[in-house]
Amino acid sequence: MFFPISNSHISPIYLVIVGFLIGILGGFFGVGGSFIAGPALRLMGIDWNFAVGTDLAHIVGKSVVAAKRHRALGNVDLKLGLLMAVGTIGGAECGAQLIQMLKRAGNVNLVVSVVSIVVYVSISSFMVWESHKTLRQKPRSTGTPSSATAKKADPSSFGHVTRRIQRFKIRPMINLPVSGVTISLWVVILVSFIGGLFSGFLGGGAGYIRMPSMVYVLGIPTHLAVGTDLFEIIISASYGTFTHAVKGNVDILIALVMHTGAAIGAQIGAISTQYFAGPKIRLAFVPLPLIGAAIVIYTLFTGHKL
Amino acid sequence: MKKQTATTLRAFLVELVIYAALVVAYFFAVLHFLGGWLYQLETQHRYTYAGVAILLIIGQAVVLESVTTFLLRMIRGRSE
Repeated sequence: MFFPISNSHISPIYLVIVGFLIGILGGFFGVGGSFIAGPALRLMGIDWNFAVGTDLAHIVGKSVVAAKRHRALGNVDLKLGLLMAVGTIGGAECGAQLIQMLKRAGNVNLVVSVVSIVVYVSISSFMVWESHKTLRQKPRSTGTPSSATAKKADPSSFGHVTRRIQRFKIRPMINLPVSGVTISLWVVILVSFIGGLFSGFLGGGAGYIRMPSMVYVLGIPTHLAVGTDLFEIIISASYGTFTHAVKGNVDILIALVMHTGAAIGAQIGAISTQYFAGPKIRLAFVPLPLIGAAIVIYTLFTGHKL
Repeated sequence: MKKQTATTLRAFLVELVIYAALVVAYFFAVLHFLGGWLYQLETQHRYTYAGVAILLIIGQAVVLESVTTFLLRMIRGRSE
């Protein structure tokens, strides 16, 4: 199939399958999946700028489907999602400016690569440690969480630190009844700002940072963190899509085709979260940042961008 | 439990087949006609293109979500 905007020939079946796989990951973990979608589009010979912009457009569509499904399951905190979108957009702009500064200094590739490897490996290591410890502590409470109460009682070995952060009373304090948390607005903004900063700095939606930080720093139950992150991604990725489209980096036809697969994958991923307890979802999340790290290491050593 | 899993799997496969047929029809009917117009828009009116791009992807998401939900309900009946 010919896509005139990016001047490329790609099999629609390939795009649908890639979209489907990313949709499952997105619906289950609340991530955009750009670390797979970008390289998958590059493999088909699409320029890097089109891969980034088109991927963002596809993320918007996939997140709408997954967030709607999560909302039906009671997994979306709209108030928290809207507040986080503000910090994410601000952080993304700062991250992009940081990239421009590094470009001028001439060492952008090395710095971004090293930072991303450290971040990805740290997140994975921490989540392996935490979820293993939690699963060992509460072997009987990790069955299928069938009720909202069970979801809210999401156990974590890092809970004592999270509770300490929640006691950090800098006004204005906000009450998030859906998540069952009262926390300083500044903590929420700071967490989303850091997520946005990494999004602008490393590319993609940075769900691999935001989802764990919502759980460990803000104390949001895992199921709600996944759903709320997806809702938040709709807003921040729409903003990213618009700015990239204006710069001529979006082939919306490719995104629409990819999204036909992602729509069904996202539904499957979102429904599947019902059958897993929070610590198990967090443990299953671990390979995702490691895949991102492997891609960066490959790029760093071979000089080829996937 | 096994019976329930088999029913779910069968429902999913039926949904996948119907969905695939709809998607193929969509490729030929919609994307074929939209392609030229979107290409022109992208080259001549970037800001309009950016707005249309977001509306299209969100619109498609809402429609596809409704279609898949409808298919699931239709196939599984009240059990969904």
